[in-house]
Amino acid sequence: MVEPSLGIAAWGLVTGVAMVKSGLPAPFAALMAVIVNAGSAQLAALPLLVSGAPLWVIFATAFCVNLRFVIYSAHWAKYFGHFPRRQRLTLGYFAGDLNYVLFLRRFPEPRPSPEQLPYFWGSVVWGWSSWMGASLLGIFLADRVPTEWGLGFAGVLALLGIAYSLLSGTKSWVAGAVAACAAVAAFSMPFKLNIVVGIAAGIAAGLLLDRTFPDPVVERAS
Amino acid sequence: MNGWYGLAAVVGLAAITVVTRGFFLIAERELTLPPWALNGLRYAPLAALVAVIAPEIVLTDGRLIATWADARLFAVLAGTAYFWWKRAILGTIVSGTAVLLALKLGLGW
Repeated sequence: MVEPSLGIAAWGLVTGVAMVKSGLPAPFAALMAVIVNAGSAQLAALPLLVSGAPLWVIFATAFCVNLRFVIYSAHWAKYFGHFPRRQRLTLGYFAGDLNYVLFLRRFPEPRPSPEQLPYFWGSVVWGWSSWMGASLLGIFLADRVPTEWGLGFAGVLALLGIAYSLLSGTKSWVAGAVAACAAVAAFSMPFKLNIVVGIAAGIAAGLLLDRTFPDPVVERAS
Repeated sequence: MNGWYGLAAVVGLAAITVVTRGFFLIAERELTLPPWALNGLRYAPLAALVAVIAPEIVLTDGRLIATWADARLFAVLAGTAYFWWKRAILGTIVSGTAVLLALKLGLGW
């Protein structure tokens, strides 16, 4: 848990610095880090927030970036489905990427057992405090770094790394390229609608490719 | 940035964290998604990330970058090279930021 928490801490530091150096006031960035609690969605929302995009565009973008959590939650439901709803949602809110990976490695069998809750909270407390401590440190340090250094761009580099890690197979490359071109080409649209156009074009391209060239694996599954 | 706008954004983003992370924990009974929705889920995060970062990388004030002397391009090249060499996100950030700082502080780009 020490090595992954170093990774989380570095990630939190970058997020904290990027938030402030993109133009968010430090107290606001701190509030965001503490209550939003989702690094990649925060980073993706940054350029939109700073340029004053409509709230629905920001929310739609963050929702798409967070869709991987929807997939995780289907797994969490197998372990935590028997708890009361309020507790289920609390567990879900704190369940980040790393907690998910560690938990599924520790409990590969998808059924509830009494030692799961202590294990879950242990990994959450560890991960959350590494993340939050580093985010707040980043926010604090960023106020002391000149804006001309352009460290806000570290947030874009972070998202670039995540985007690369999502590329698997030719279809995802094409879908990504279509989304990029559409978002750039539609840039002059008002209200940052180019982001929405880019997302829609990327998903449409992916679905179209899936329909035209079905995966052998997907065909067998359906 | 207007205070109410920022506050509404943060509260909304927190709500999105709750709804996405708890998606299949909200209903009392087990839910399943139709296949087309699951396929869409595969592409949506990639499309959203790329749509946000592509304009940040290649545009300046709404126009395509017209000069090679832009630190962002070389930062992205360095980060990209690192990622496909080691497949590590943290190194992508560090190498890209190092190149960015070297060009901005060293060459004054």
